[in-house]
Amino acid sequence: MSIAARNEPLVLGFETSCDETGVGLVRGQTLLADALATSMAEHERFGGVVPEIASRAHLEAMVPTVHRALAEAGVQASDVDAVAVTAGPGLTGALLVGLAAAKAYALALDKPLYGVNHLAAHVAVDELQHGRLAEPSMALLVSGGHSSLLLVPDLAREVRSMGRTIDDAAGEAFDKVARVLGMPFPGGPPIDRAAREGDPTAIDFPRGLTGPRDAPYDFSFSGLKTAVARWVEARQRAGEPVPVADVAASFQEAVADVLTAKAVRACRDAGIDHLVLGGGVAANSRLRALAEERCAAAGIVLRVPSPRLCTDNGAMVAALGSRLVEAGIPPSAPDVGADSSLPIEVVTR
Amino acid sequence: MLVLALDTATPTLVAGLARRSTDGVTVVLAERAVPSGNRHAELLTVAVTDVLAAAGVTVADVDAVVTGLGPGPFTGLRVGVVTAAALADARGLPVIGVCSLDAVGSGARTVVTDARRKEVYWATYAADGARVGGPGVVRPEELSVDGPVVGDERFAERLGADVTPADVTTAGLLRAAAAQLADPSSAAPLVPLYLRRPDAVPPTSFKPVTTT
Ligand SMILES: [Zn+2]
Repeated sequence: MSIAARNEPLVLGFETSCDETGVGLVRGQTLLADALATSMAEHERFGGVVPEIASRAHLEAMVPTVHRALAEAGVQASDVDAVAVTAGPGLTGALLVGLAAAKAYALALDKPLYGVNHLAAHVAVDELQHGRLAEPSMALLVSGGHSSLLLVPDLAREVRSMGRTIDDAAGEAFDKVARVLGMPFPGGPPIDRAAREGDPTAIDFPRGLTGPRDAPYDFSFSGLKTAVARWVEARQRAGEPVPVADVAASFQEAVADVLTAKAVRACRDAGIDHLVLGGGVAANSRLRALAEERCAAAGIVLRVPSPRLCTDNGAMVAALGSRLVEAGIPPSAPDVGADSSLPIEVVTR
Repeated sequence: MLVLALDTATPTLVAGLARRSTDGVTVVLAERAVPSGNRHAELLTVAVTDVLAAAGVTVADVDAVVTGLGPGPFTGLRVGVVTAAALADARGLPVIGVCSLDAVGSGARTVVTDARRKEVYWATYAADGARVGGPGVVRPEELSVDGPVVGDERFAERLGADVTPADVTTAGLLRAAAAQLADPSSAAPLVPLYLRRPDAVPPTSFKPVTTT
């Protein structure tokens, strides 16, 4: 590490908005540690994340995960210059464990605390891999909890919503279709795997909200999910075999098609030539491939963090915290709370 | 030794600072009891900062942390437990968890606090302060009480007994932690007293989207 880099602030980031307990350490834009514990296995039999189970797991994992992050980075807690934590959006009970822990570390270390927006953190994490974000950029964030198209004029100060899902998150549609096809939860990875053997044009599933009068940047995945279920159930009722690979590939194609078409259109309409992908669904191989293809055709520079950094983690929160420190943004008030539906316009509160 | 005590097992969060001498004598230097409802996460560290300032010390002067482990409503309860764990970890201090009901009232008594869903958390204590029953969670009508009852007086009618109002106190938390403060290496890991399983039922079958 260079001497200059050592002078940059060391930021400790906490993420507990869903089932991942993430603790990250970032110095400037350099990723030092990304420790993660997950309660995913405990939710599997429920077919979805159970908030109380996630919250209990966060509490158990918190201090050990901090220790792993410090060890991975080779630093002491006393070296930390600022603390950042996801203040929303997310599951309230889960958010509060991370928020309380972050506040306590900040108090004990006498360092400033930044309560930050989870979605903005998904954008910030890309800077750890690909350097400073072009501003303005467009960002497409898709996971089990969110599906948003964001305009980012200034990541530390101004993030605007271009569009969002009006019903299910894209990741939820993956989970529900996986269930219909008899695949495990979470549904993203098994559908991605099955789809590789299938024909994406086999079944023409609906593309939600793509009519001429529909909101150009909003998403809807509820109708798609229902269409897949109807199609599969009709086959089953007729006693015919379900072509699982073709269903998976055709469903995945419909999701990737709508997401990338709308993201590219938003870039074009706003005259923006940089697009960042983030969220767990950004790990989907077809979404990545189609985004690359369409961005290349449209002259848009596409930035996609590695799958590990696309899913929820503490490093993304530390990355945004680092940006806020650098920009001289005032820290959060001591009585900052969590907000399960924190608006995207609020980068830090 | 300077001890920071926290509890968020009830709607009134408690943060206190006490000086404990080697012979076990405890003097409470500052205490905040904040009616915070479900805003524990917002207000707890503020209260800690307040008691440190009121006592004229800094967080670096604290020698040990004591926290109530409940029973109490889960979301609020976790705020106190994780705050204590994180504060202690950041400063390399021992952290001691105690049953929050042990810190309500003193002497021979039954303690009742609000468990929501028309139930109470309860525990019973002998004259020397030793817990002899509970902690448990029960409908007040089903709790047979013998002797004085302290805690949440709103349950008096359903208990069929007078309830003397009492809350978690700093002195009570330190008293409950006395043995472990004398020998911090004996402190057990911080495990909240949830007393209830998470509300979650695995689906037995998924209903079809289409109905025929
Ligand atoms: Zn996320």
